[in-house]
Amino acid sequence: MPSLGADMDEGTLLEWLVRPGDAVHRGDIIAVVDTAKSAVEVECFADGIVEALVVDPGQVVPVGAVLARLAESAASAGPSGTAPLKAAPPRKQPPEPQPPEQPPEQPREPASSATTPVAPSPLVRRRAHELGIDLATVRGSGEGGVVTRHDLEELAHRAVSRPRVSPLARRLAKAAGVDLTTVPGTGSGGAIQADDIRRATTAGTPKTEAADDQVPERHATSGHAPDQRTTAERAADQRAADMRNSIAALMSRSKREIPHYYLSTTVDLQRVSEWMKERNRELPVGERMVPSAALLSATARAAREVPALNGHWIDGEFRPAQDVDLGLILSLRSGGLLAPVLKAADTLDISQVMALMRDLTRRARTGRLRGSELSQPSISVSNLGDQGVESVLGVIYPPQVALVGFGAVTPRPWAIDGLLGIRPLVTVTLAADHRATDAATGARLLKAIDRILQTPEEL
Amino acid sequence: MTPDQARAMLETTLREIVPDADLSTLAPGADLRDTFELDSLDFVELVDRLSTRAGFRIEEDDADGMRSMNAAIDFLVAHTSS
Repeated sequence: MPSLGADMDEGTLLEWLVRPGDAVHRGDIIAVVDTAKSAVEVECFADGIVEALVVDPGQVVPVGAVLARLAESAASAGPSGTAPLKAAPPRKQPPEPQPPEQPPEQPREPASSATTPVAPSPLVRRRAHELGIDLATVRGSGEGGVVTRHDLEELAHRAVSRPRVSPLARRLAKAAGVDLTTVPGTGSGGAIQADDIRRATTAGTPKTEAADDQVPERHATSGHAPDQRTTAERAADQRAADMRNSIAALMSRSKREIPHYYLSTTVDLQRVSEWMKERNRELPVGERMVPSAALLSATARAAREVPALNGHWIDGEFRPAQDVDLGLILSLRSGGLLAPVLKAADTLDISQVMALMRDLTRRARTGRLRGSELSQPSISVSNLGDQGVESVLGVIYPPQVALVGFGAVTPRPWAIDGLLGIRPLVTVTLAADHRATDAATGARLLKAIDRILQTPEEL
Repeated sequence: MTPDQARAMLETTLREIVPDADLSTLAPGADLRDTFELDSLDFVELVDRLSTRAGFRIEEDDADGMRSMNAAIDFLVAHTSS
């Protein structure tokens, strides 16, 4: 189990994307792991053949636990036969569904514990994924309680057929503003009864303002069985709570341990804006650059110039990082933060930074990040410009020693050659760890960012 | 393009970017970015999708002017009628 963030000490294996016998390569995505913050795709760190999957889907294991074993492939002439894998292996062509018929027999790996339910076949898992059904919530009818394809089709069928609701239940739901699609029915055939509504109202089921007679129709198109939806919602609530806890722990540690000092400066972005406007005229609409890309690029290059701020404070000493791995702190629509990393960002040109930023932002919010994208950054950036604030006085992510903040880029009065002009300005701030550096070092970083932003054509 | 067509196009595109957007209560002059908490990347995507749908390239300066529903509808209608 790889560490997918400084604050992670265990993870849940959600899904294997490889099977024993598959050849895997370094960098392949082999499994999906759930952390307190999000589902993350885990990449393999070596070439080889999957020998055994040690951990079953649903199992929670500590960071460092063996997930799977790899046999070295014939090609790689290593002396030892098998290598334990902290992370496990994906199939070569990522999740290209290889359509087996009814999988003849699941290659069962060494059963790890008697309490672990039998894992559904890959075919079933794929079908569940297509139907949006969380397998953990399905009671299997197969041998050993394994979920079969029939179970899924049954559930899906039930989901699209109208739920039966007793007249009293319907009236109660309407009065209480309960969304019938979120209520699990306990009557015969899953019918929703009055008691179910009463239970839902006391349990604090999410309410809708429009609990009208249309509700069952809306349900019909939702594609989820009622009990599936509540499970999903509960999972989302749990995830939000976990995310909050994990941010709370990390930020408390930061404020407890790190003596922060703060610096700020205002930077004229006139040249960046003009240059970017020029470039954007030639770019396809969807690839247009936004000022944040220049701010990130400049920060990465400045961090390379001031290595004392690029690294980690571990065991009472500063350890400089080899590369500038820039952490991009992103707020999620659902609440909470993720901080994916732009590896070696100081070596990228601005269009690469723009593309990475777009990709990471999109996947952090809608899909999944890969484990390597959640590795420890060497310095982080918090860009709150889109939130319309003027400046950010950030809290450092330990064990990093610096966090650069950007406020909104806004036209403001600015003295140029003894005259007053209106320029697009941004306030750049630095929060830095006083154990590792003094303010004079921090000042060099901010000055470097300013200087670099005055020659955008070099980015 | 009629104003109604422009509105429908905008609403469809907005819903793609903000699936839970409540467009029924949106004031015609309200700032789209503020209302739906669109960041600059979201806005680039919105303009990109609109460009594709409308069948012409929306330049950055014009995009900057499409801050509200009304402003965007006016722009789309004006641009396609000329």
